Amino acid sequence: MKFVDEFREAGVINKAAEEIRRLAHPERQYRFMEVCGGHTHSIYRFGLRDLLPANIELIHGPGCPVCVLPMGRIDDGLSMARDPNVIFTAFGDMMRVPGTQGSPLEHKARGMDVRIVYSPSDALKLAQKNPDRHVMFFAIGFETTAPSTALVLMRAKSLGLENFSVFCNHVTIIPAIRAILDSPDMRIDAFVGPGHVSTVIGCRPYEWIAQQHAKPIVVSGFEPVDILQSIVMLLRQMNSGETKVENQYTRVVPWQGNPAALKVMAEVFELRPYFEWRGMGFISQSALKMKASYAQWDAEQRFSVPGVRVTDPKAAQCGEVLKGALKPAQCKLFGNECTPEHPIGALMVSSEGSCAAYYNYEHRKSVLTNIAEPVGVPA
Amino acid sequence: MCLAIPAKLIESPDPETGRVLVEVVGVRRHIDTGLLQDDPPLIGDWVLVHVGFAMSKISEEQALDQLRTLSLLGEDTAAREEVENYGFAEPVIVPASSPPRANDESEAPV
Amino acid sequence: MSAATPKVRFRDSQIEMAHGAGGKASRRLVEGLFAPLLMDASLEPLGDAAFVTINGSQVALTTDSFVVKPLRFPGGSIGELAVNGTVNDLAVGGAAAQNLVVTFILEAGLAKDVLEAEVRAMADAARKAGVSIVGGDTKVVEHGKADGMYITTAGVGQPIFGMNISASTVQPGDKVILSGPIGDHGITILLARGELDLEAEIRSDTRSVLPLIRAMAEAAGPGVRWMRDPTRGGVATSLNELARDCNLCVYVQEERVPIRDGVRGACELLGLDPLHIANEGQFLAVVAADQADAALRAIRNVPGGEPALIVGEIREQPAATVLGATEYGGTRVIDMLVGDPLPRIC
Repeated sequence: MKFVDEFREAGVINKAAEEIRRLAHPERQYRFMEVCGGHTHSIYRFGLRDLLPANIELIHGPGCPVCVLPMGRIDDGLSMARDPNVIFTAFGDMMRVPGTQGSPLEHKARGMDVRIVYSPSDALKLAQKNPDRHVMFFAIGFETTAPSTALVLMRAKSLGLENFSVFCNHVTIIPAIRAILDSPDMRIDAFVGPGHVSTVIGCRPYEWIAQQHAKPIVVSGFEPVDILQSIVMLLRQMNSGETKVENQYTRVVPWQGNPAALKVMAEVFELRPYFEWRGMGFISQSALKMKASYAQWDAEQRFSVPGVRVTDPKAAQCGEVLKGALKPAQCKLFGNECTPEHPIGALMVSSEGSCAAYYNYEHRKSVLTNIAEPVGVPA
Repeated sequence: MCLAIPAKLIESPDPETGRVLVEVVGVRRHIDTGLLQDDPPLIGDWVLVHVGFAMSKISEEQALDQLRTLSLLGEDTAAREEVENYGFAEPVIVPASSPPRANDESEAPV
Repeated sequence: MSAATPKVRFRDSQIEMAHGAGGKASRRLVEGLFAPLLMDASLEPLGDAAFVTINGSQVALTTDSFVVKPLRFPGGSIGELAVNGTVNDLAVGGAAAQNLVVTFILEAGLAKDVLEAEVRAMADAARKAGVSIVGGDTKVVEHGKADGMYITTAGVGQPIFGMNISASTVQPGDKVILSGPIGDHGITILLARGELDLEAEIRSDTRSVLPLIRAMAEAAGPGVRWMRDPTRGGVATSLNELARDCNLCVYVQEERVPIRDGVRGACELLGLDPLHIANEGQFLAVVAADQADAALRAIRNVPGGEPALIVGEIREQPAATVLGATEYGGTRVIDMLVGDPLPRIC
């Protein structure tokens, strides 16, 4: 696969790993947060932690739009589809996320019309093909995905399509990073920045991280070579004492972002004054809702939703894991009450939430054999 | 939010709808190029596809550049010195709790 | 080496699709509900074939049911799956299928042409596989049920001489052989449903693997420790069952696992792992190290066996775990899924 295989090639990976070992000072601890769930997924899938020296620790950030969605919002979405005339559509990622009465797939097993779509366009097409049914699209995702939802809504409007609506749960990445940096017990030195969000928002929105918080941030691609090279760049910054925003993912990310994408977002969406992030609490100006001019396609306007707030049990320590204060295995519920099959908190809910990723890809390596934690995670 | 795949345009985008057929190692799907309307991709271009939309054009030049830079890592000293002269400072030993100081470090390359 | 198998309880309040997907939920259902109530404690409930003794002779038995939408797809149809699936279950259990019986559950309103096409497909597949169908049963259910038709087959056969298949014989150092490219069937079905608007030249790999296994048995029979056909749940599920049953580590060199371009492209686009995708014409075998090359040569000499290769080996640690390793030394745990693999966007 072009533009993929070259960035998974063993020779280049080994070179990057060697450079990391050369640059990482043995007396120093490096704590890097990769913001995006996709990076977490790549790190585990390609076993990149095995290539890092023990004094580089990777902390998994809040960039998992499924994980941070409060259970109450899932209940709201599912309540809209209780009407048998409604077709509930969502990405595959949402299908096993539990609401208080079960996940979308469990609702499907009980007779609700629940369908997986790969694209919001597919949901729109479904509405066009089924004029006597109502298609509701449960939209999730950061700024990577929001422009696509926006474009689809603009198409729905220009078509005057009446049987289509979107339940908007798009969130924005900057406030989440800010919330983490503002926490007093946060222990992060630098950031591996979200690569695909940046194709939309560009690199400038991260400048305050380098300038005000003096933390390096490198916008990174998702292949092993990308992530390792980003770590090289972070190490160089940290060793030299400089802090700036760098773009590692130049083949895809324009520094200025994608003005056309930002424009369609601005046409359709506006910021909610605040929104609850599971595991992080309420964050202001961190989520999108549809403008009044799109009220007809706003599922929250067309359906009355319970809007009940469902809180996670106090014992779930998702917030601390998110900030890097705790490792997944250190949460009291990890692996016992809270597993990917019956998740209690945000980070176990999607396969790239930190706890789920750790559980699926790493946990058994150490638990079953009592061997030391893999290289890269200090004991 | 993150899963995006490089795919090649195997036809020209429909000028009205932006819809176009792309291919990834033999798999074909129609995608929407509406987000790239300021600089629409052409047949043969590579784009990054996320949820059925093209997010960005992929620059082959940048990709090759990046791989070239990486291939220089770990080469003989001369090549390494060349790379280091691009402006990256020498590694500095800094205690974790205090800010970096300017004059302590050796300047000789490792 | 006996497995440290934890006691499984079936606590789910209702049946979900996941329980039929071949992964963790399926295992919970079989081991937690069916096996304790229906089977003798000494039997391996998840084995592909059961060996029973009748009048002093050993006979192998198996059954399988086929529920697929659409009924016809590139490379095959439900009829072929129904024959090949059961032949393969017996084959990887170390038995050569001889006879099948078949049950049809038909939906009222099913077109005669559709039914006839499947019956012809079954006859063809049976001829190719060298088995004869000796009986069956038919039921018709109301329109709206059975997705057109469901087929169940049961097969009986003779043990293949020289094979003694059991996870308990697996040892560190043994090699893991895979017969060919993975993911073809599952991706074909996914694309054939037409919901994802993807096109590719991928066909189901449905076929009988008995000739390949027979050849391997002749060349290295006593060295073959364990076999499985990685159907629903894919290679990951089969290898996890192995790891758990022998309480050792199944170490897989990920780059060696063959995947066709179209399967790879579809998986990358949809965020699926090919190791979790169903196959209908492949098998995995664990063979003693000193016989692995002979086994491989024998398989490759059979038409259709050419792509077979060694993809990994058995190690001591970490126990009961499938470990995937890359060329550059990264490792990950390859786990079983709970239910069917789902496309993702994150």
